[in-house]
Amino acid sequence: MSDLRLPAPPRRHLLSVGDLNRSDVERIIETSRAMAASLDREVKKLPTLRGRTVVNLFYESSTRTLASFELAAKRLSADTMSLRAAGSSVDKGESLKDTALTLAAYDPDVIVVRHPSIGAPHLVARWTGAHVVNAGDGKHQHPTQALLDLYVMEEALGRLEGLHVAIVGDVLHSRVARSLVQALELVGARSTLVGPPTLLPRGIEALGCEVSTDIRRIVDADVVYVLRMQRERMAPGEAFVPSLREYTALYGITPERVRPGQVVMHPGPMNRGVEIDPRVADSDAALVTDQVRAGLVVRMAVLYDLLTTSPVRVVEPLEVA
Amino acid sequence: MLFCCNGTRDSLVLEGRVVAPAQRIDECLTITIVDGVITRLEPSGSSRAMIAPAFVDPHVHLRTPGREDEETLRSGTEAAAAGGYCAILAMPNTDPVVDSASVLGALVELARAEAVLPTGFMAAISKGQRGEVLTEMSELATAGAVAFTDDGRPVVSAGLMRRALSYSGVTTRPLALHCEEPALSRGGHAHEGAVSAELGLGPYPSAAESVMVERDLALAALEERRIHLLHLSASESVTALDRALHAGVPATAEVTPHHLVLTDEAVRSLDPNVKMNPPLRGEDDRESLLDALRRGAISCIATDHAPHARHEKDVPFEEAPFGVTGLETAFAALYTRLVLPGALMLETVLERMSTGPARAFGIGEPRIEVGARANLVVLDLEAEWRVTEDGFRSLSANSWLLGETLRSRVVRTIADGREVFAA
Repeated sequence: MSDLRLPAPPRRHLLSVGDLNRSDVERIIETSRAMAASLDREVKKLPTLRGRTVVNLFYESSTRTLASFELAAKRLSADTMSLRAAGSSVDKGESLKDTALTLAAYDPDVIVVRHPSIGAPHLVARWTGAHVVNAGDGKHQHPTQALLDLYVMEEALGRLEGLHVAIVGDVLHSRVARSLVQALELVGARSTLVGPPTLLPRGIEALGCEVSTDIRRIVDADVVYVLRMQRERMAPGEAFVPSLREYTALYGITPERVRPGQVVMHPGPMNRGVEIDPRVADSDAALVTDQVRAGLVVRMAVLYDLLTTSPVRVVEPLEVA
Repeated sequence: MLFCCNGTRDSLVLEGRVVAPAQRIDECLTITIVDGVITRLEPSGSSRAMIAPAFVDPHVHLRTPGREDEETLRSGTEAAAAGGYCAILAMPNTDPVVDSASVLGALVELARAEAVLPTGFMAAISKGQRGEVLTEMSELATAGAVAFTDDGRPVVSAGLMRRALSYSGVTTRPLALHCEEPALSRGGHAHEGAVSAELGLGPYPSAAESVMVERDLALAALEERRIHLLHLSASESVTALDRALHAGVPATAEVTPHHLVLTDEAVRSLDPNVKMNPPLRGEDDRESLLDALRRGAISCIATDHAPHARHEKDVPFEEAPFGVTGLETAFAALYTRLVLPGALMLETVLERMSTGPARAFGIGEPRIEVGARANLVVLDLEAEWRVTEDGFRSLSANSWLLGETLRSRVVRTIADGREVFAA
């Protein structure tokens, strides 16, 4: 049993890593640890958010993010429902605003939004009275992914301060990269973006990271963070690299490119044999399944953080009738 | 060439500090207007009012025909009157496109019934603005077209552009060019730079504009035809313009108030009311535009007034259409954000909002002198007001200034001898 004292008032929304400060990040990671401990129990459900409602509003396909938000809400005893754009009134041309207002009429406590357009969760936050969590908006932000990545790094390496993370691949189209660079900066870690010149956005160094087109630069890193090489970026007219074969030859993470002692992370889903060699993906250096597990506890912590206004004893198991 | 509803010309007397840079006037005068014509200018005592030649906007989207829910000739010209304008030029990217004498003729008739101030119409360069076949420029000029433009989209084919320049010699009208290389701007929502990189917005690089500016200036030189460059945004474009002007190419150019005041930093708000084409660019670009405006290389300030229905802007940034309104806020925005802090002289703003655009398009320039038709704006430079959604005469409210407090207000507008606005 542990008491969780919240040092600062919780935030109303989690829209962008840029909205967080270092103590927010540290608090959420610490709460995540407590949540992880609760999951070792035989009865995994906590009563903390009993009577609360969490709505997942997903305009883009998702497996792990949606599954982990759903499960996180359930583990905290919240009522939860998930709406996907396909098969809903969005298919009939309903605007984001009307969908948001419709959901708001049910008085949800939290709306988790994934949307292909940048800033969509911010609009939902403006239009509704719910706490809004950004579960990915276009190429912009994916703050819970960044938080779970920090959690995994700290668990695996024992620290965040001073860590060096090389983020490799398609940075241009990656909300994961944008969020993670900002999050690393917040906790005193540094990041280097490595990828083909056509997939490194002009001006990204303003975020405080280093940028390189040379894969050898990853040798200095404690963590090699591999981004998904999205096949749809290879469509004619959209081909940012001439072929996946050449991409893999230049930037694929092979056992030869991983230094002993380095850990390898990937937000999933992986393209084995493209951005990551299967031998690396299946090696002990890979923390990919740890990331999936962390997704659950960090999202529990985020929901808890948004919905709990005073220090609360979290770790009371729910009495099952 | 300009059309509005008929009415009797007014007789009135105005008094104030008269600032008419083109006539080198800056003194307190009483202006007597009889039947719409200035008949007397006499020295007077000092007054809070400032009187200047009324403004001319060479770049307005009146959305008529086709989107009368966003703007009509009446609402658009009333908005212009409230902004101190005595003449505006409307863009042809309507539905249908103004690409035939019949569409233009219908608009002219409508303007004679509805437009409260002189309104000119540009016609398309290519049929349907599809960039394939030239419009009947002679017939359109005869029907009243002030200039030709495919504004809203570029003339992609260099071959068609050259032919348009060459063929436009059958008229005396200039071509007004929207410079954008779509292969470089495709998928772009914000200036390529630190802000778009951080937000993940599709980048719209400066080069998407400047390579087309270079091309069109080269073709204008080749064909020895006059061109007007619409809404410049990038310092590279200014460099190209300077070079061409130095070489004697007959080109004029315009800049919008929002490109003079804002940079892409404003896009961090993800407010669809700072989304426009071309996009807001960097501080260097803004400085370069201001410099070109001071020097006169850019001789026109144009609003690119682009009304959009509320529900179309009430969406995420990337899904929102490009464009913002500007007729009712242009002078006050420039005065508050640039003249008061000392970035621009009042005289420069007045000249580039009036004489500059009138000369670029060969329409009568507003003058303050005895015998001239009265085209005057009376301004209260001390007034303060807040820009609110319900404060517009325009049918649309997609202003980049919503919620801002501005200094200076138009209190009276006289257009073609008639009072068209009084606060």
